[in-house]
Amino acid sequence: MLGRGILRGLIETWRNFQGSYYDPARLTTVQYPEEKLPPQENARTIPFLVYDGEDPLAGLRCTACSICAVECPAHCIEIVKDTAKKPDYLGKMQFHPKVFNIEMAVCMECGVCAEVCPFDSIKMDRVFELSSDDRRMVLQKSDLAKSNDYFRKIHPAEAAAVDAARAEEQRKAQAKKDASPVPVAS
Amino acid sequence: MVMPNEIAFYLIAAFTVAFAVAAMTLRRLVHCALCAAAAFAGLAMIYLKLDAEFVGFAQLLVYVGAIAILIVFAVLLTRGDEVRPGHSQSSPSWMAGVAVAVLVLAGMAMALLLSPSLQRPAPSAAVAPVKKIGEELMTRYVLPLEMVGVLLTGALLGAVVIAMREESEVKRPARWPAPRRAEPGEAINLR
Amino acid sequence: MNALDQIFVSTEHWLAGLAPASVRPLVAMLLIIAGLMAVFGTCFALTTILERKTLGRMQNRFGPNRVGPFGLFQPVADGIKMLIKEDIVPFSADKAVHFLAPLALTVPVWLAFAVLPFGRNMSAIELDAGILFFFAIGSASELAVFMAGWSSQNKYSLVGAMRAIAQMISYEVPLVLAGVPVLMAAGSLSLPDIVQAQSGFALGWVPRWFAFTPWGLAGFAVFFIAAAAESNRCPFDLPEGESELIAGYLTEYSGFKYALFFLGEYLGLFAVTGLAVTLFLGGWQAPARWLEWFPSWGWFTVKFSALIFLFIWIRATLPRLRMDQLLNFAWKFLVPLALINLFVAAVWWKFPAAMAIRWLLCAGLLAVPYVWLGRHWRGGTTELRRYGYAE
Repeated sequence: MLGRGILRGLIETWRNFQGSYYDPARLTTVQYPEEKLPPQENARTIPFLVYDGEDPLAGLRCTACSICAVECPAHCIEIVKDTAKKPDYLGKMQFHPKVFNIEMAVCMECGVCAEVCPFDSIKMDRVFELSSDDRRMVLQKSDLAKSNDYFRKIHPAEAAAVDAARAEEQRKAQAKKDASPVPVAS
Repeated sequence: MVMPNEIAFYLIAAFTVAFAVAAMTLRRLVHCALCAAAAFAGLAMIYLKLDAEFVGFAQLLVYVGAIAILIVFAVLLTRGDEVRPGHSQSSPSWMAGVAVAVLVLAGMAMALLLSPSLQRPAPSAAVAPVKKIGEELMTRYVLPLEMVGVLLTGALLGAVVIAMREESEVKRPARWPAPRRAEPGEAINLR
Repeated sequence: MNALDQIFVSTEHWLAGLAPASVRPLVAMLLIIAGLMAVFGTCFALTTILERKTLGRMQNRFGPNRVGPFGLFQPVADGIKMLIKEDIVPFSADKAVHFLAPLALTVPVWLAFAVLPFGRNMSAIELDAGILFFFAIGSASELAVFMAGWSSQNKYSLVGAMRAIAQMISYEVPLVLAGVPVLMAAGSLSLPDIVQAQSGFALGWVPRWFAFTPWGLAGFAVFFIAAAAESNRCPFDLPEGESELIAGYLTEYSGFKYALFFLGEYLGLFAVTGLAVTLFLGGWQAPARWLEWFPSWGWFTVKFSALIFLFIWIRATLPRLRMDQLLNFAWKFLVPLALINLFVAAVWWKFPAAMAIRWLLCAGLLAVPYVWLGRHWRGGTTELRRYGYAE
């Protein structure tokens, strides 16, 4: 009770005060709209659809299997399958969605859809500045489709793993095709 | 032509008397206490007008700063402030009170007006710097000073004794453990 | 630079000289009042923003820095906000008392600036009993706290007001007792005389301020702590902090009345800081003979600002004291220490100035009770609480 603790506290706050002018460790505020915190690997907000290559419609990985719509706890995904098929990265013919809507007002950003997708086509995005002045909270396929380059940018480790797995699959498929060539009809 | 000095005196006197009357007649007791505090301040102004600086500021410090607060605390802690509807605020024997007040006023007025000191010319305002007051208190009036000190100390001790006795008269239920001071390092178990 | 030193006095004389002779004293007084209100009003605005920024820096963050350069227009924004807020008075509140309480708080505090000597020949009124006037005015503002709490007709306000008054009364005793040795040393109650008694330099370079003596240092410390408590400043801001948690005597006040309460509190802080500078730090005296070219009101400002910074620094560092800790601290630690300080000051003056032994003697006489009281004073109790009336 002689005041020693008080003096030590005063010295510490004085160091904070003078350090805040030149020492970044003593002034840790990030002034938000002008500066932003460095993003982290595992940050997630709303989901998005990945497409390979340049064309969103042709390269979309989604095959409209509806597993994400069934597993979604908030039931916010609406999928309508298209009758036409198109080839995927392994050459197999797959369906693709005609309509893919996510109601973002309902989505709780849990990430279950990204976990259960067998085709690595729906992943979690990182955008959080989603305020708008209209009530348009339903994102359609055209809004959700973002390229694989974007995916690599925001989640580098995860995208690298997915790309490595897909490249491995392609290699194995190619090896199988080379091992047993399709007989050429003559 | 009324001198500004007299105007000032009449204003201060009117202020004081008005608040004193308000302190007697208002319905709510806390209002009366606050008006009494204003009347004390008016008295302080009269002292200051007579160039008695020390007494004026001491009046403010003691009366407004301590006694008025004492009065309001007393009013609040004893719930004397409740306005009882249906009862008139003035007592039924108010005429006897007025009669006694008029008699006292008449007696004092007679004593003042007939006293020989009004015949003498008014003395010049005595200069009482604080240093002189201090010297007088320590030489000529030291015995009253010490007596007042003893009286105030006695009052303080009496207040403490009264407050203490109230606490020790309270029964404690037997299931409380006897309080003891925690040892250094011992965890205090508040169940 | 005597002209710079007396610039305010000569300006006031010149401006008052422009008025006809019959109203000249009145005009002079009005000029002084206007000057004081302008200076201390600006000081209040600056202090609010500088305090927030300094607190922020001490807490590893910026203070407000959006409104104006470095946030300096923040008080303007705050003032506009306070002015345009709706003034809500509770239905069952006592209208007259509720209205008068902020005024009763703020007006006496403005009066207190009249006796402080801000520079050479620069005190508005030279009273023979200046310090007594100051303390009397300070105690008059306690009634306003009670008026605020009671008129709100709110149990929490009332309890908060009672606690606030208990705190203010308890800390008035060490405040006055810490100032009494200064009166003994100066031999007068008048503040310009007290500043004059601290003039001169001992050993040629140490100023004769009272804070550089053992009893003066202890007195300054006690006065400083009591001043923080008197103006409800952290770590003694229980009346203010309670407003955030439950209530407090400020609950039912909104808009400009709330701003008036805070104005009154900050002005009280300035007044008592000015008094601390006058009593213990030599008022407007320069700390060294070769620094006397700097105007006297400049030195007052420097010392005043240093003390305000010290208040802000302590606010950033210390947690809030609980009510019983607060009152125990006042009555069981500060009051005995202030009384012992009084005795030590008397001992100091018994020895002639040439004897160096009086430093050791007085320092020892102060240090021993300080350590003893400090070790034996318990802030509140660590026993199980006994609730006497809750059965």
